[in-house]
Amino acid sequence: MTDPTASTKGPIGVIDYGVNNVGSVVNALRRAGVLPVVVKDEAGVRAASALVLPGVGSFDTGVKNLREMGMFDAIKDRVANEKVPLMGICLGMQLLSRGSEEGTLEGLGLVPATTRRFAFEGENKKLKVPHMGWNETRCSDADFFQGLLDDETRFYYVHSYHVVCDEAGDVAATCRYGLDFTAAVHRGHVFGTQFHPEKSHRFGVRTLGNFVRIIGHG
Amino acid sequence: MTPVLAKRVIPCLDVRDGRVVKGVRFEGLRDMGDPAEAAARYDAEGADEIALLDITASHERRGTLLDVVERTAKATFVPLTVGGGVRDEADVEALLAAGADKVSVNTRAVEHPELVGAAARRWGCQAIVVAIDAKRRGDGWEVFVHGGRTPTGKDAIAWSREVADLGAGEILLTSMDRDGTKDGYDLALVRAVSDAVSVPVIASGGVGSPAHLAAGLLEGRASAVLAASIFHEGTCTIGEVKRYLSAAGIPVRASEQAA
Repeated sequence: MTDPTASTKGPIGVIDYGVNNVGSVVNALRRAGVLPVVVKDEAGVRAASALVLPGVGSFDTGVKNLREMGMFDAIKDRVANEKVPLMGICLGMQLLSRGSEEGTLEGLGLVPATTRRFAFEGENKKLKVPHMGWNETRCSDADFFQGLLDDETRFYYVHSYHVVCDEAGDVAATCRYGLDFTAAVHRGHVFGTQFHPEKSHRFGVRTLGNFVRIIGHG
Repeated sequence: MTPVLAKRVIPCLDVRDGRVVKGVRFEGLRDMGDPAEAAARYDAEGADEIALLDITASHERRGTLLDVVERTAKATFVPLTVGGGVRDEADVEALLAAGADKVSVNTRAVEHPELVGAAARRWGCQAIVVAIDAKRRGDGWEVFVHGGRTPTGKDAIAWSREVADLGAGEILLTSMDRDGTKDGYDLALVRAVSDAVSVPVIASGGVGSPAHLAAGLLEGRASAVLAASIFHEGTCTIGEVKRYLSAAGIPVRASEQAA
């Protein structure tokens, strides 16, 4: 109940923009104790009291689909102007940035950051991209990662690009894969995880549960 | 310590007509329960991923598999790989929509290799696994298809390189000689393929003890180890396996951490 702007009058909306199956995110949110709805258009975005933006796939496809389905501007407006809480997952977190080396289209720009491809040097050149699997994650945001500050917390990742924040204060967790990259962001009412909480077992469910608690749905 | 990617332990459920079955060298199948229930148990024990391989003979009974995948995806919170009888992009799409995170292609990859590239471009290489069933032939290994019934004349190492180039995100490598025997992986095969490709290799076929899993990761250099009967038959739990691997110095995701 920490965010006084969070409204409990609408459900949490999980945004389906055709880039992946949102079923597992809905399923994990249910496990975290809420009953989300799947949102596929502007009206859905407008009706939700909080938004979850999952996604796998390419940056430009994500932007294009959100625009074609009439949700891009609505998400920006509601999150930036109405302070509706949002959590981006994987591609969804990258879409919070201004743009990505993966494409040419403009991102949502809800977190001052850019998205870059993994570029390794020397010894690390043999590392495989995508970074896929369970990796140790150093969680620094004590609220977003309450109960998950242990050294051995592992989450499940599948990605070839990573978010680079302008402001260190927005970084909520980091992970190492050839280089230290941002594993999670938290800026006011905007949250993001590069890993897949819905596929990260109880740690993932706990992360979603923390988001739900912080925004006042818990 | 520098964090490293954990080696994955993957229990595999062979599914026929909606039920878990297990045989020796692909024959003599026994009923071992409901797939979603078994998967939920493995998920709770700390499995890093779940594999469902459908060995239903008839394609007409595909609906049963989609129902199993849907129920299993709902009961688990780790990645789910599904394979068996995948013929085209429509099959891949249906499995992903039902809740699979990765789809594995075997026979069809040999018959129509372009399916691998097309699917990888459409859903990303992380979603496409190529399963290879290999049998020792002289100094090398031959690829078999149709559930191990049909020899292809293809060399398993060369085929592994080919599918990795086509866009497969992972290779699920089963030794037909060892499958169901509990004699351990064919480590020479696992090592040869792991060294030949840059994508992760999942070792499969022949596990009878946690030591076999450790050997697959250390000697075989696999990224992940898959086993079926040791888990189904209760020889050991996923947690026991994780503790064994950890004690052997292998980085794994601890299964008993409180969260």
